[in-house]
Amino acid sequence: MSESNLMMHHYLAKYLRQERMPHIWCEGCGNGILLNCFLQAINELNVDLNKIVVVSGIGCIGRVSGYINVDSFHTTHGRAIAFATGVKLANPELEVVVISGDGDLFAIGGNHFIHAARRNVDIKVICANNFNYGMTGGQYGPTTPLDAWTTTTPYGNIEHPFNLAHLAAAAGAVYVARWTSLHVRRLKASIIKALQKEGFSFIEMISPCPEIFDRYNKMGTAVDVMKWFRLVSQVRHGCDPAKAEITENEILVGEFVDIEKPSYGRLLREMTSRVQDKLKREES
Amino acid sequence: MRMEIRLAGFGGQGIIRSGLILSMAACIYSDKNAVQTQSYGPESRGGSCKSEVVISEGDIDFPKVDDPDIVMLMSQEAYHKYVNTAKKNGTVLVDPHMVQDRNDPPNLKIYDVPATKIAKDIGKVIVANVVMLGALTAITKIVTPEALKNAVLRNIPKGSEDLNTAAFEQGYAYGSELVRKQGKTEP
Amino acid sequence: MVDESRAVLTGTHFMSGDLACAEGALAAGCQFFGGYPITPATEISERMSRRLVEVGGVFVQMEDEIGSIAAVIGASYAGKKAMTATSGPGFSLMQENIGLAVMTETPLVIVNIMRGGPSTGQPTMPGQQDVMQARWGSHGDYEIIALAPSSVQEMFNLTIECFNLAETYRVPVILLADEIIGHMWERVKIPPAEEINVVSRKKPKTPTAEYQPFKPDKDLVPPMACFGEGYRFHATGLTHDEKGAPETVSAEVQTELVKRLADKIRKNAEKIVKAQRVMLEDADVAVIAYGIPSRAALSAVREARKKGIKAGLLRLVTIWPFPQELVSDVAKQVKAIVVPEMNYGQLVREVERAAKTTPVILLSKLGEEPHRPSEIIEAMRRAVK
Repeated sequence: MSESNLMMHHYLAKYLRQERMPHIWCEGCGNGILLNCFLQAINELNVDLNKIVVVSGIGCIGRVSGYINVDSFHTTHGRAIAFATGVKLANPELEVVVISGDGDLFAIGGNHFIHAARRNVDIKVICANNFNYGMTGGQYGPTTPLDAWTTTTPYGNIEHPFNLAHLAAAAGAVYVARWTSLHVRRLKASIIKALQKEGFSFIEMISPCPEIFDRYNKMGTAVDVMKWFRLVSQVRHGCDPAKAEITENEILVGEFVDIEKPSYGRLLREMTSRVQDKLKREES
Repeated sequence: MRMEIRLAGFGGQGIIRSGLILSMAACIYSDKNAVQTQSYGPESRGGSCKSEVVISEGDIDFPKVDDPDIVMLMSQEAYHKYVNTAKKNGTVLVDPHMVQDRNDPPNLKIYDVPATKIAKDIGKVIVANVVMLGALTAITKIVTPEALKNAVLRNIPKGSEDLNTAAFEQGYAYGSELVRKQGKTEP
Repeated sequence: MVDESRAVLTGTHFMSGDLACAEGALAAGCQFFGGYPITPATEISERMSRRLVEVGGVFVQMEDEIGSIAAVIGASYAGKKAMTATSGPGFSLMQENIGLAVMTETPLVIVNIMRGGPSTGQPTMPGQQDVMQARWGSHGDYEIIALAPSSVQEMFNLTIECFNLAETYRVPVILLADEIIGHMWERVKIPPAEEINVVSRKKPKTPTAEYQPFKPDKDLVPPMACFGEGYRFHATGLTHDEKGAPETVSAEVQTELVKRLADKIRKNAEKIVKAQRVMLEDADVAVIAYGIPSRAALSAVREARKKGIKAGLLRLVTIWPFPQELVSDVAKQVKAIVVPEMNYGQLVREVERAAKTTPVILLSKLGEEPHRPSEIIEAMRRAVK
């Protein structure tokens, strides 16, 4: 079957804006896997495609919003979560999903991340973590491991990286999971779970960056990196995210947090009802 | 006729609130136009603070006070800064307990109203501004006592009506007494 | 639950400019406010936090001004009329996303109650120092609309006008007020709801599958679908074609888009621009002013006439797009133009450009006190001597 035929007949094809294909991502990049898992999740949940909004920031994965055939918005660098907060609060019927990268969400956009988690805004944030700024050619970012080589750490990285799952949990997320791009079925299951959950959910997917970060750091091909994921990752559901630091020898994955807490939108609607009822009583 | 009033003191004395009460008394409870503008520093309490009110039967183009007919001074700093800004033969109200270092210029009608002491005697220093407004109403007749009282009641927290009414009445009585002693000053 | 019956406080009120602005927003149908506290605009947030809940809208205090405007853009795309309010430092933080709102043609209102700058400057003191920033603050070429109120009544009226213009032209509109107007208390008349002209968003008439989110009508403004309405469209801050698809290399698409974004304002400027002409018919000298200095200017012009100076005032309500034609007309007629501004010379440059050979005198004022009428009269007297 030719490539265009395949595109037309694939069961997920209807979820893509096919005229935007091919995508801009490198061979072996995890972004396509993340997109695939997301499309499978909305397919399985039979989500109303007219009621889901995908928001992204800037970076390689930022282009994802343009590829998915739903209402979508590609914001400025770091501001996807703040934009998504406005969308969700203005129209609570919409399912709002932010898909973005580690640099976008946790460096330039870090403040929005922690505050959206603290407020428990009912949005889902999925992060492709490739340990560097890939789109600009491989500079170090908030997740770059100590000692790693990037174009702005020519003598090795001397900054300590964020543990994103720990950060999300500490900031108040009701659901926190981490997987690698090897864990496709589990990642899809986590997305399905997050979409059904009320409140701020965070899913981290550790991704290869074969042409940039992995090459600079002599990690081999994308397949080699996937092999490394298999070798060092261990599933630990319910594990304390504080203890889930990513190291060369260990990547703890799993569902770390799954709690219940009223969302900002729910509290706002309840408060509005109370205030309006009181006004009506006073008027009558 | 355009009347310009400058009220000054420090943050926490209710200077800006006083300007609002006076301008509301003119604008809402009398058939006049009024504009209130204000100036304050970064401090919520203690910084210098100024409120300006323009009252007129006609339209008010320029909303700021340029050549004040009436000046009300509730702090030493305000006194030094603004006593000389009153127009010739203008009316100046001073709280003598807050302003000890005095050098009253000539050609002004100066009235000493111990508002802070009166307020303390009533029970709360915080209503000194209302005492002062009571005296100002009695001395200048710029608005009627009813209009001012209505504006006071609209601008205070629930439960403090009695305290504020007493403050206004005592200030008004003190002002009337001063007019009897010193001669009155019609706007 | 949206409850519009409480949105319009019909009646006569004594209010500050900030409060009147909030009431104007509600009367215009604003249902979303995202903001961050900052002197001297905080009272707008405070009022909205109370009132928006009463009318069933959304108030959210964001983590900073960048988040505030991003949330406002999101709310607008979700179909709500949305606004934010700030002052200099916060306005600076918003600039990148003002560009995003321009690029994605997002209707929204930004209120800037100007204080003294640069930097933290004088937070409680007035200024008109953000006039050029309002025009050029974000990177790239674009046109924007900014209105300058000069009374508390106008804080109410022009806030409604800002929403109407934002919805008509799909552009961020700035209410550029100064601290004095924001904090000044004056009488405000709020008319009955049915007497207030409120413009709603132009919606697409094409079937959902054929909808192109950035394909303009003849007025150069594309109809706007919102999220959740079934159009399933994409918007991006990248240069994009009429379908909304990113086009990051084509000079043709870049040229077409940038020109249209500017032209939808430029070519409609005549409809947008508002100004007040006072005693200009036979004037020898004109004051051109906006915001708080225009109040002293009005007083000065009336006084000057009594003194035999043939003075007139052109009070600019619209600052951007700049009322080029109106200023040119005045310049052709008078011997000199006086421009009082609470800055070190900003809009005066535009006046000079439009005035060509007519002398233009800047009356600059910085800090607490605005221009006095006497200073403006003196400047006029010197100008015509």
